[in-house]
Amino acid sequence: MAHGAGGKASRRLVEGLFAPLLCGNSREPLGDAARVEIDGIPMAMTADSFVVKPLRFPGGSIGELAVNGTMNDLAVAGARGHSMVVTFVLEEGLPSSVLEAEVRAMSSALRRSGVAMVGGDTKVVERGKADGMYITTAGIGRPLPYLRVDARSVRPGDKVLLSGPIGDHGITILLARGDLDLEADLRSDTRCVLPLVEALGQEAGPGVRWMRDPTRGGVATSLNELARDCGLGICLLEEEIPIRDAVRGACELLGLDPLHIANEGQFLAVIAPEYADIALNALNNTPGGEAACIIGEVRKEPANAVLVSTQYGGSRIVDMLAGDPLPRIC
Amino acid sequence: MRYVDEFRDPELITKAAEEIRRLAEPERHYRIMEVCGGHTHAIYRFGLKDILPDNIELIHGPGCPVCVLPMGRIDDGLDIARKNDVIFAAFGDMMRVPGAHGSPFEHKARGTDVRIVYSPADALQIARRNPDRHVIFFAIGFETTAPSTALTLMRAKREDIHNFSVFCNHVTIVPAIRAILDSPDMRLDGFIGPGHVSTVIGCRPYEWIARAEGKPVVTSGFEPLDLLQSIVMLLRQLRAGEAKVENQYKRVVPWEGNRAALKAMAEVFELRPHFEWRGLGFISQSALRIRKEYAEWDSEQRFDVLETRVADPKAAQCGEVLKGVLKPAQCKLFGKECTPEHPIGALMVSSEGSCAAYYNYEYRKTASLVTEISSVA
Amino acid sequence: MCLAIPGRIVSLVPDEPHLGVVEVTGVRRRVDLGLLIEDMPKIGDWVLIHVGFAMSKISEQDAAEQMQLLTMLGEGEAAMDEVRGYGLEETAELRSVRGSPGTKKDRPLYQ
Repeated sequence: MAHGAGGKASRRLVEGLFAPLLCGNSREPLGDAARVEIDGIPMAMTADSFVVKPLRFPGGSIGELAVNGTMNDLAVAGARGHSMVVTFVLEEGLPSSVLEAEVRAMSSALRRSGVAMVGGDTKVVERGKADGMYITTAGIGRPLPYLRVDARSVRPGDKVLLSGPIGDHGITILLARGDLDLEADLRSDTRCVLPLVEALGQEAGPGVRWMRDPTRGGVATSLNELARDCGLGICLLEEEIPIRDAVRGACELLGLDPLHIANEGQFLAVIAPEYADIALNALNNTPGGEAACIIGEVRKEPANAVLVSTQYGGSRIVDMLAGDPLPRIC
Repeated sequence: MRYVDEFRDPELITKAAEEIRRLAEPERHYRIMEVCGGHTHAIYRFGLKDILPDNIELIHGPGCPVCVLPMGRIDDGLDIARKNDVIFAAFGDMMRVPGAHGSPFEHKARGTDVRIVYSPADALQIARRNPDRHVIFFAIGFETTAPSTALTLMRAKREDIHNFSVFCNHVTIVPAIRAILDSPDMRLDGFIGPGHVSTVIGCRPYEWIARAEGKPVVTSGFEPLDLLQSIVMLLRQLRAGEAKVENQYKRVVPWEGNRAALKAMAEVFELRPHFEWRGLGFISQSALRIRKEYAEWDSEQRFDVLETRVADPKAAQCGEVLKGVLKPAQCKLFGKECTPEHPIGALMVSSEGSCAAYYNYEYRKTASLVTEISSVA
Repeated sequence: MCLAIPGRIVSLVPDEPHLGVVEVTGVRRRVDLGLLIEDMPKIGDWVLIHVGFAMSKISEQDAAEQMQLLTMLGEGEAAMDEVRGYGLEETAELRSVRGSPGTKKDRPLYQ
């Protein structure tokens, strides 16, 4: 189970098994989407599976996640999604109304992102499997001309930008499962971040070094991946990280760290210092980017690690998730 | 007042740190032990060591209930669940703690019904909702958590719920502190006393430390300002040559403790003659078991218990780190064979164990990480 | 041990006298008040929550006093040094409630 949670175990699976056997001798760092060239024309491709319980939750549903998630993977790789294909694995006995609701949700999400669904497949598995339904989407698009992201271009002094508050999605899902006696006014933040990425790229393109959407495993996992890929240290300021009160409260009650909680509508960007203010302005002035802020910077030390400091001078290392975020009571 | 943010005020923290610097005599080296694992965790999480002067050394005590739980008890609990198709419910902290045959999560992957709960009441609720399955609540914790387990058992009895039992591993804090003080290698100047345990047992149980051992004790809260203020209070006592128990966490800790909680514990539990603590060995009168009036709800009475005993690998120096004799990094296995991802000793498994806290929050601040892509397990 | 956090009682559960709903920055949770049976909290009281049980009532007054002490850290000592310098005795009362006659800094007020 730990292998699917997005943290160290997932990374080991990809780096240790999938990449060597499937990707040949590519030495490129692993990104959210792959760049390929077909007859000289650059393209970006990605695929993602969506497994979520419950299927519907405040702020969205699995269908929306499936569309937005793939669009976002392409966006943070610097590409505009053009077309998608989808596969459904459905559990026998799933009410058709549930399926229809998800298809409608996907249709709205596609319309909002300006992307077409051009094909797909459906399979049915026996009752008891698939938690209702699993959805996989694959997307293809064109790289945006003004963006080129690569972890290897990150330098000490670069600033780390975050598009908005973290933890909303993961906590919403946790509460929606109903196992906990917790109630809060929270919604998933699922949305397509392409408009924000485009605004960022148009204003500050040459300064954008790297981007990622911090989904499973949260901000901590994405930034740890960056730290290892560029061999530098990512230093965040605790007080600058935007977290809604309700997310903070839920995390405190459950003993969870907001930095490890999944997000479905946010992205991180590393920007060259001379472009940082322009970049932040571009986001703040785009609908949906008002809460964007600079949360830290890149330094030489501590190499390959993420450090969070407080205003009064205390600091701690924040690691990648080892398995699922485990609540602690002790 | 939110009772949290106020105690994290950066200006006040800086002030408190300055006061500590002022009070700490430069030629003196202070060794202060924080007993409670929650304090260890807070110290690392808030990076407090960064702002303390070098001549104040914080030594981590054994107050981590997951850390001191002998591995065999996990095996015993999981064994009952596996053999009898029982639902095994425990706090998240337990899920990755390895027994001799794997952790609860690993057992879950192999088919045992293991569930995370956030309260003993959740476990009882699972029992209510699944009348044809038995639920075992694997109870851990010091006196902070024992009353909640006790109340839950009382409710189970009152409501006649018979598909529920508790596998009790509750331990008491004072014998652990005694074991530390009895240890010949230990030299300590004072204690940051347990915060939340004290809401139940009060401050009186620590008076012998001040009186008989001549060491000051300050029961402390968990926010940065609480811990810093407690250190200020300890330094003031040490400067004045005093040794008494003071209550820094007054807003929450009543000097006399919580009578209702103590009553509930007394109704349901009694002291075991002795109990084996991981790293500290057998300590008498240090752990709780369920009274015979509640035998029906005692997993150890309802089921056969294997009584597995598992020794820690010889190279693991958990006992010495637990007692504060060694620092985590001084254990030969630290950071090499023993890491949070593949923990060998319990101090690396629990997030408030000193080894895990040190590894997760501090260790790599200075060392450069060697990126390892190890093969898939 | 361990993780316990402050929350404010926002409602009591009608048919269950030992249950209450607490709020922690916008998140509401049911907690068991059974351990506070000798001094039941009321709506608006703050309690310390651990594993779904309220362990203790939080004393606003003690918290305010503590904040006051913390705010006066350092200033009080400076004033006392001054006073000692004049050969005046420090009394127990003076030690516990420090006014700082010489300090001009504004001290934040706590309600």
